[in-house]
Amino acid sequence: MKPNNKLFEASMVQTALKQSFIKLDPRVMVRNPVMFTVEIGTLVMAYVTVYSFSRSGQGSPLYNFFIFLVLLLTVLFANFAEAIAEARGKAQADSLRKTREETPAKVLLANGTIEIRSSNQLKKGDVFICVTGDTIPTDGEIIEGIATIDESAITGESAPVIRESGGDKSSVTGGTKVLSDEIKVQVSTAPGESFLDKMIALVEGASRQKTPNEIALTILLASFTLVFIIVCVTLKPFADYANTPITIAALISLFVCLIPTTIGGLLSAIGIAGMDRALRANVITKSGKAVETAGDIDVLLLDKTGTITIGNRKATNFYPTAGLNIKAFIDACVLSSLADETPEGKSIIELAAEQGFKAAGTTEGSAFIKFTAETRSSGLDTADGRRIRKGAFDSIRNMVQKAGNHFPSDIENHVKTIATNGGTPLVVSENEKALGVIELQDIIKPGISERFERLRKMGVKTVMVTGDNPLTAKYIAEKAGVDDFIAEAKPEDKMNYIKDEQAQGKLVAMMGDGTNDAPALAQADVGVAMNSGTQAAKEAGNMVDLDNDPTKLIEIVEIGKQLLITRGTLTTFSIANDVAKYFAIVPALFIASIPALQSLNIMDLHSPESAIMSAVIFNAIIIPILIPLALKGVAYKPIGATALLRRNLFIYGIGGVVAPFIGIKIIDLLVGLFV
Amino acid sequence: MNTELTGIIATFLLTMVIAIPLGKYLAKVFAGEKVWTDFLKPLETGIYKLSGINVKEQMNWKQQLKALLTINVVWLVYGFFVLIFQNKLPFNPDGNPGMTPDLAFNTIISFVANCNLQHYSGESGVSYLTQQYVLMFLQFVSAATGIAAAVVFFKAFRDKTATELGNFWEFFVKSITRLLLPLSFVMALILSFNGTPASYEGKDQFISLQGDTVHVSRGPAAQMIAIKHLGTNGGGYFGANSAHPFENPSYFTNMVELIAQVIIPVAMVIAFGYFIRRKKLAWTIFGVMTIGLFMLLIPMLSSELAGNPALAKMGISQGTGAMEGKEVRFGPAASAYWATVTTIISTGSVNSMHDSSMSMSGTWQLLGMMINSFYGGCGVGLLNYFIYLVVAVFISGLMVGRTPEFLGHKVEAREIKIAAIITLLSPFLILAGTAVASYIFTNYGNAAWAVQPKNWLNNPGFHGFSEMLYEMTSSNANNGSGFEGLGDNNMFWNLSTGIVIFLGRFLPIIGPVAIAGLLGAKKFIPESAGTLKTDTKTFALMTFAVILVLNALSYFPALALGPLAEYFTH
Repeated sequence: MKPNNKLFEASMVQTALKQSFIKLDPRVMVRNPVMFTVEIGTLVMAYVTVYSFSRSGQGSPLYNFFIFLVLLLTVLFANFAEAIAEARGKAQADSLRKTREETPAKVLLANGTIEIRSSNQLKKGDVFICVTGDTIPTDGEIIEGIATIDESAITGESAPVIRESGGDKSSVTGGTKVLSDEIKVQVSTAPGESFLDKMIALVEGASRQKTPNEIALTILLASFTLVFIIVCVTLKPFADYANTPITIAALISLFVCLIPTTIGGLLSAIGIAGMDRALRANVITKSGKAVETAGDIDVLLLDKTGTITIGNRKATNFYPTAGLNIKAFIDACVLSSLADETPEGKSIIELAAEQGFKAAGTTEGSAFIKFTAETRSSGLDTADGRRIRKGAFDSIRNMVQKAGNHFPSDIENHVKTIATNGGTPLVVSENEKALGVIELQDIIKPGISERFERLRKMGVKTVMVTGDNPLTAKYIAEKAGVDDFIAEAKPEDKMNYIKDEQAQGKLVAMMGDGTNDAPALAQADVGVAMNSGTQAAKEAGNMVDLDNDPTKLIEIVEIGKQLLITRGTLTTFSIANDVAKYFAIVPALFIASIPALQSLNIMDLHSPESAIMSAVIFNAIIIPILIPLALKGVAYKPIGATALLRRNLFIYGIGGVVAPFIGIKIIDLLVGLFV
Repeated sequence: MNTELTGIIATFLLTMVIAIPLGKYLAKVFAGEKVWTDFLKPLETGIYKLSGINVKEQMNWKQQLKALLTINVVWLVYGFFVLIFQNKLPFNPDGNPGMTPDLAFNTIISFVANCNLQHYSGESGVSYLTQQYVLMFLQFVSAATGIAAAVVFFKAFRDKTATELGNFWEFFVKSITRLLLPLSFVMALILSFNGTPASYEGKDQFISLQGDTVHVSRGPAAQMIAIKHLGTNGGGYFGANSAHPFENPSYFTNMVELIAQVIIPVAMVIAFGYFIRRKKLAWTIFGVMTIGLFMLLIPMLSSELAGNPALAKMGISQGTGAMEGKEVRFGPAASAYWATVTTIISTGSVNSMHDSSMSMSGTWQLLGMMINSFYGGCGVGLLNYFIYLVVAVFISGLMVGRTPEFLGHKVEAREIKIAAIITLLSPFLILAGTAVASYIFTNYGNAAWAVQPKNWLNNPGFHGFSEMLYEMTSSNANNGSGFEGLGDNNMFWNLSTGIVIFLGRFLPIIGPVAIAGLLGAKKFIPESAGTLKTDTKTFALMTFAVILVLNALSYFPALALGPLAEYFTH
């Protein structure tokens, strides 16, 4: 699936515009106390406009109507921000959902007969069968069989993957395609209750709950709003004391300008955009809180294979059995790998070439034996009757021993040493006789140590989890630059490590796929289950990664941080804006009866009316101007907390003070042309 | 350099020379470490035994607050009745009358709350018994209450996770025996040797050159003036407070009193850092507060030293600066310095009439009380600062992409809710109080009250507005100074400021202690590279910005109609 990076699309804007009006419903608005007060202010202004037609003392009807209009726009802009964020999230989710259009499912009935049903009639617990070429109708777990599956519709990755029953890779996703073999799948979720459905509901707002941090910020913003209610209400008797009549329009304008409408209007959009960014990274989050928590992660547990090292290992050594010429051994190795397209196979030929060896034999007329999940070996049968195989130690040993041949003990020793050094042994046989071992070693992913460095600067400790022995683990850990490692890890070790770190007050994130990962995934503060993982793992975690990409955790942490930063910086910006608004409105309020306060009109605004209008216009248009920033998020830079604070304080604090002075002045110049 | 400026610089430096070691000493005292005043232990043990206190009993934050509030209620009741019936009680050589209930209500709250707003005059309004056993007694215990509350707050952050925050009574008693009493003793001696009376005899009299008989009030004043400053109380023995020649006889005593009111608030900040073993944090807070002091002091100094522009227009030379309402023995610089520290710290004693300060000085004095945490009152100044700090921590925590935390404890919705209420409280009390007063003044000026509202103000207009705003601000800040020029001893002002003082005292103690208690009980999160440090210059700047912006936004319109309008008009 291609992430859609365009901020606004015509169709989305249309839905969002419609939604902006629907959201004016006070029952919806009341969820956002800041904007709710603006809505009340708008209603009051509507009344004042009507009132000013018949009676004097509250300014001209036109002026009142204009203020009413700008306030209405302010509310609409805020609603639009939320609606466009929802629309984007939904569009993203819809494009995922499209992959699961109605597909016929071959449902296996209790009596053993097969019935064709539409995918949306499948119930949880139903069993269906998929054969080569079928599209899997819905999410489920393989209960029988093994198959290669094309998941490109979901992950965008073209290489097929193997899914089989019983193991940790037993989940299949609706919309993916079976490329080979036959599987029996049990439906794991009721229609409309898949993770994706849940996420869409989260984005759409019906079941969206405010995160703890969002609640805290809303409380703070509500209290600022209350302060400004007090300021504006008390201004009336103050002005009466000073014999300065203040119009309702002026009071309401002052109030709306002062309360933090900018952040209040964008707050929910920021939250939705956070989940949306996660979705764009192909991560389904089960709650907004999980994204937020990700930003606080202190410890990251990463599996070695696939995350730190390339899943493919490279050949590093040839070990022939005693009495076998090394050249003859390498020759067999090369022959077995000539047709092997896997990176391991290629690396064997490369290594042979490095050692100055060229294939002596010819592959003409040979039959290639492909690797299968069953045999766990591959090779070729040459025209002259050589049957060369290479594969996992136990599968080759079985084959050798089945044929009644002795499996040499020196090969077994080599296998052991290689394994203890963090390598993978690949045993080669000819005509069911073991020839020797090829050593494959882990290759650390390029660029991974830079990512760890970046995490370290964020204050996140990385921990490598591996089944390797401590010596090998240490070797790889040092090379990759992780901070700590768990060697010879059993599932309960992960669990204990997480608990230990949590006992010290740290937040831990991990990624897992197996059923035995489930307890640890549930224990972790952020548990990311791979989509290919078992249902248990997916239930236990609070996020599901559709790409099955273990390095995704790093991105998730950054998305979480971005979410908080966007909230913080826009709050700062919003509050800092008030300084300039005061200098625009306060002199305008009193200038008629206290001419001396002209000295406070440091922006030299045209007239009291134009000053007030300019301030409310600025207050309104700043919301749509900042929507792109709210949706994209403020960039996170791992430069240390204090430096980051200094940077953001400078940009959004000082910037927040200065920008409205300039903005209001420009608007006033324009307004001055008409008034 | 100008002698006057040298005088205040010397005063400031001397203050720090005393306050900083005092802070380190206090940290040790409250941590129970060995200090040289341990010889007073038997006295404390005696007090504990006498009052049946078990100091080993540990209290959580709720129990601490319960103890604090209970004892304060006892003092309220006790003091209220003594004030009403003082004419029937002994030690009243001048035969002063009992207080009216509304005045007694105001006075007793004011003294229990460490505010010392005085709607009476010491010479004619109270007996010696009241001065000594109600007012001076409360000056000790109200200061000790604030200090003890601050120590509870310290306790919450000393260990990684803490629910047991020590014993309130122990902190309270130690604040008196180890700090207030010894210092007051020394200071009272200094004052009485410099001319402040310390006698139980009634009014003295002499016949002036004109032949009039002049009655001179005296009494046990020196001891009260000592604690009035050390405890940041500010309630003077005489009506004219520290402008009175008995209360503040010379430039030297002026320096002593200036130093005395600043040392404990500063020492508490230093003690905080030493007590929780984060010295750098204390110095950062101290830095913010000190910069705040100078930012308010410097403009005030410059306008007071420059003299009154209205007089200048008349061609009158003002070589010594603006002298109206100031004492010749102190001069404008020492008066401006006093006006600054007495407003930023909640002392509220005065050595010049703030009503006569230049109009912009009024802005700085008001702002100092609105902020109320540049050093601030005994113990409570730091608690007020803590609220700003929590808001700063929350916003800047977000700005660096982490759930906000302070000293390893997550700041979440519950803490923010409390901080939000306390942040809200000051603007509410000050602005709503002033609004009600303005409303009554404007609309019910002729009400048939004992003092008609239209007669409240000596100077109606912008200045009159400042007088009302100042009275409410001073009450909310528990400062107690008055802009004067306001007819304040009447039902309206006695009741309204009484309520404002009460709420402005206890809620800002309950709030920060509750937040600290909640935070302290939370799991401790060790620092990482992503943690926002609160002891850096950047964070100090952030806190300063929060303080400035929050106050400016809350009070700008009110200030614009009061001192700013006055300033720009003249």
